[in-house]
Amino acid sequence: MAEIVSLAEAVERAIHDGDAVAMEGFTHLIPFAAGHEVIRQRRRDLTLIRMTPDLIFDQLIGAGCARKLIFSWGGNPGVGSLHRFRDAVEHSWPVPLEIEEHSHAGMANRYVAGASGLPFAVLRGYNGTGLETLSDGHGPVPTTEAPTIKPITCPFTGETLTAVSALRPDVAVIHAQRADRSGNVQLWGIIGVQKEAVLASARSVVTVEEIVDELDPRPGAVVLPSWTVSFVARVPAGAHPSYALGYSARDNDYYVAWDAIARERGMFTQWLDEQVYAAPAGQL
Amino acid sequence: MDQPVTYTADEMMTVSAARALRDGMTCFVGIGLPSSAANLARATHAPSLVLIYESGTIGAKPSRLPLSIGDGMLAETADAVVSVPEIFNYWLQPGRIDVGFLGAAQIDKFGNINTTAIGGDYLNPKVRLPGAGGAPEIAASCREVIVVVRQSYRSFVERVDFVTSVGYGSGPGDRERLGLTGAGPKKIITDLGVLEPDPETLEFTLTGLYPGVSAPAAKERTGWDLAIAAEPKIIAPPAPAELDALRRFQGTRARSHQ
Repeated sequence: MAEIVSLAEAVERAIHDGDAVAMEGFTHLIPFAAGHEVIRQRRRDLTLIRMTPDLIFDQLIGAGCARKLIFSWGGNPGVGSLHRFRDAVEHSWPVPLEIEEHSHAGMANRYVAGASGLPFAVLRGYNGTGLETLSDGHGPVPTTEAPTIKPITCPFTGETLTAVSALRPDVAVIHAQRADRSGNVQLWGIIGVQKEAVLASARSVVTVEEIVDELDPRPGAVVLPSWTVSFVARVPAGAHPSYALGYSARDNDYYVAWDAIARERGMFTQWLDEQVYAAPAGQL
Repeated sequence: MDQPVTYTADEMMTVSAARALRDGMTCFVGIGLPSSAANLARATHAPSLVLIYESGTIGAKPSRLPLSIGDGMLAETADAVVSVPEIFNYWLQPGRIDVGFLGAAQIDKFGNINTTAIGGDYLNPKVRLPGAGGAPEIAASCREVIVVVRQSYRSFVERVDFVTSVGYGSGPGDRERLGLTGAGPKKIITDLGVLEPDPETLEFTLTGLYPGVSAPAAKERTGWDLAIAAEPKIIAPPAPAELDALRRFQGTRARSHQ
């Protein structure tokens, strides 16, 4: 059963130094408040996993929380580059960052494999791309870990397909619209890969806009039963500057303003001090 | 006589790209230029165009240009909203989708696309780009692909620095050998004109030019020795209705960004 706790307690108990942490939310319901709490608690050496590392991972990487990033598209949507991400990759600031790069289809299937309790997933993908050789020891990246993309022969047709290894994060972190008092979680709108990320992970933290007596049905909603979730914390606007359908609109100005803040180490450090370290954690 | 219509090269490109989409098609839409063009097509000659975004929104009917592929309006107006694994596995992978509409940072003469890294090497590139996103599988599995990209000497190269998404690989036979099920890129639509693959060599060749653009000018803005069709088509300028619809969209986008 999920425990309903404060965000600070959820992060403290669920996320430890060195963990592999997936934070999902495909342009919608991005768990920013939880990300900031991870920064405040000064977690280190995390392997951060996210299909679309945007501002939330730029902030975590710039704050020195990450050792490695696993991703498929990294940018500030509609604006440009992630400057903290690039500074870490190109200049090891504030610490070196290893990267493991996939396509969206590959990442989505890696979560599906993890959620399904399988060691890998199969797809038609990667053939002929440079991505295929990034992790096989023949490409440009020194192989420190096992490859995550390999060809596989279909046992029925003999066709060559692509296998991708399962993602099994230590923790999944997501934001949802609502939970009930028992900790059952409900989210709707663009649902992304959150269900798969939670089911693939050993533990999970879910922040919600509100906690209600009863989860009346919503069209297309995903429900994560309480017993699949470790911690629920009430954090209204916990997805800001992304949005929660039915609760808030995307703060586009924030995305535009981030470019100048992140461009320079000094500006970023000041932002971190004022907006994250000095700010209180989300309230229960 | 009507006054001659004035328009920018970007507007001509977007209109030209919109015209490449036929009514009733299903279209997997990348964000940026392709999204503008696909929405313009739906607002003009292709009202039944089915817009599919990788955020899992199928049959989205936005009334303004979406701000990102995850714009809430896409979900609210869609025929169906599905998860990210489902959009790739059930909808894209089996080859159900007629056309993939992609952008590019760098593209080569065989239509291979790079959105990963330019210059240097992978670990120390000159320019680190966002990465693959959904593009590799869109390029592999849609029945055909159309690329919309501004043309420059630096971005139109002999061979891309990194193959993020495969066009025709190194030439004829490569897509078949790699088991890619879609037919590959059929058009590259730029701010100068239109390139199409030569039926024999699959090398992209200039087949259409916008009014006022010369073939030598297009050649100058191409990093490979661009072949020119015997008689490149002169593409009609934007009609007033096309321009009105495009500007209306872009106005609403600018307002919603404020």
